[in-house]
Amino acid sequence: MDIELSKIYAVWLREVKRYTNSKSRMISSLGMPLLFLVALGGGFSALIPGFNYEAFILPGILAMTVLFTSVFAGVSIIWDREFGFLKEMLAAPASRQTIVIGRTLGGATTAIIQGIIILLLGFALTGTPVPSLLHLAGIFVLMVVMSSSLVAFGIALASIVQEVETFQLLMNLIVMPLIFLSNALFPIDKMPAWLQVVSSINPISYSVDGLRIMMIGSGTFSLGMDFGIAFAGLIVMITAASYLFGKTSI
Amino acid sequence: MNTVEVSSLVKKFNGFTAVKGVSFSVAKGELFGLLGPNGAGKSTTIYMLTTLIDPTSGSASVNGFDIVAHPDEVRGSIGIVFQDPTVDTRLTAYDNLDIHGRLYGMDGKTRKNRIDEVLALVELTEWKDKMVKTFSGGMRRRLEIARGLMHTPKLLFLDEPTLGLDPQTRRHIWSYIAKLKAQGITIILTTHYLEEADYLCDRIAIIDHGEIKVLDTPKNLKSIIGGSIISIESRDPKKLAGVITKLGYSKEPRISEMTVSFETKNGGKLVPKVMEAVLKAGIEIESIEVHVPSLEDVFIHYTGSSIREEKAAPSGMMAGRRARGY
Repeated sequence: MDIELSKIYAVWLREVKRYTNSKSRMISSLGMPLLFLVALGGGFSALIPGFNYEAFILPGILAMTVLFTSVFAGVSIIWDREFGFLKEMLAAPASRQTIVIGRTLGGATTAIIQGIIILLLGFALTGTPVPSLLHLAGIFVLMVVMSSSLVAFGIALASIVQEVETFQLLMNLIVMPLIFLSNALFPIDKMPAWLQVVSSINPISYSVDGLRIMMIGSGTFSLGMDFGIAFAGLIVMITAASYLFGKTSI
Repeated sequence: MNTVEVSSLVKKFNGFTAVKGVSFSVAKGELFGLLGPNGAGKSTTIYMLTTLIDPTSGSASVNGFDIVAHPDEVRGSIGIVFQDPTVDTRLTAYDNLDIHGRLYGMDGKTRKNRIDEVLALVELTEWKDKMVKTFSGGMRRRLEIARGLMHTPKLLFLDEPTLGLDPQTRRHIWSYIAKLKAQGITIILTTHYLEEADYLCDRIAIIDHGEIKVLDTPKNLKSIIGGSIISIESRDPKKLAGVITKLGYSKEPRISEMTVSFETKNGGKLVPKVMEAVLKAGIEIESIEVHVPSLEDVFIHYTGSSIREEKAAPSGMMAGRRARGY
């Protein structure tokens, strides 16, 4: 067990080292969320008097950052396959389960670091009051659950697809809709009916809702439901990733 | 007990049989070579022995562990240097080795000492803390070899260790491999470079179309051919081959473009007789050559064709990788 834990740590360490070694990736994946926060947030706030849109989308932008970084981390197994490192992992005396868990935790760690940076910048830029310690702890837990399930989602995708050419396609066709067809940028009750339906079956909406309740005190669902769906998602995604990655070979 | 025992190993991919029942054994401390063209089934055999893919049928044991029943034990006891690069270019040399050591369950102190040892062996000590993306192809390959040795495996698999490297770097890698052999490590090497197999291996299995055609020491393989090979170049190779057949020196002289070659016991003495007969038949000779058989001739003897040359340039792939900044 100790040895298995140290192998999980090895996989985690590799992910985190790669991340800290690549400053450009760190900065570029912060760029888009920041742009959304400042341009979209600032623009709409000015358009709708009396509605602090920047504060409203801050949880959405946080979710967006976590989503981008997490899925990217998971799907990048495709690159490891292309560049050979996957063979090194598969040839090691470590189980597939160990690799999935180590990678999930590693990817989640990078996503949480990105999330915390966005959160701090967000509080500073939008003037949103910093929530209580209890809520900050809740936000952290939700970020951990959300990022882990999204990395696992990425691993599952990468295990099915495998071709490098589809990497960008996956990112654009799955990641972008997950954010735009959720409540990250718009309140659910103001959406057209069809979007309301889509948003409420999009699991991202529940995480955004939970973050929003804990950050600005307003939300659509209950915190219990938000956390419940996030945890359920984590179990489903880890199971799917373990199963699908377990079936892949070199 | 042999380090590796392989018995009728078969691998099929969607109806295509890549490996058609190979059997061989490798003794402890032996440097065993699998020689064959690309697509002969060398890498597939290695992937089965290293438990990366399951065999369709047949069995094999590696370091005493069955490859199907105990894959984890097999993986823990072997080192592998793959044909394609598998080091992480966005990590330093040290981190590549350190993470490898952790994956193989090595403790901190052992890891540190071993990293210094293997880096010294492949002469990369000064590059310890440099990012691998700044390494040349030869340096990366040396790092791969260092990593394969990191957990002090008893058996090392080297899949085309010098593929795509320049001749100088190749010689360099050969000297490392010879060093490893001197340390008593059992090595299984695949290659499609004949001189590499000849230079390094204790025994060679010539593999083609998924089958082992012959297995012996390089010396014995070359002596199978007999004394020497006579090659005659002429404008009319078909007629020339006919004359040689009639002389009874060779049943089936081989025609390759304008050259007719055949194996014979004592080529030097035969040349004047052959020339006389050929000239009498009115065939003009462009050139005539007698040479001692090389592994290439052995290869042609058993597979009926020259070893196919590598077309996909791995060095080009590496350049592409570097350009993409991975």
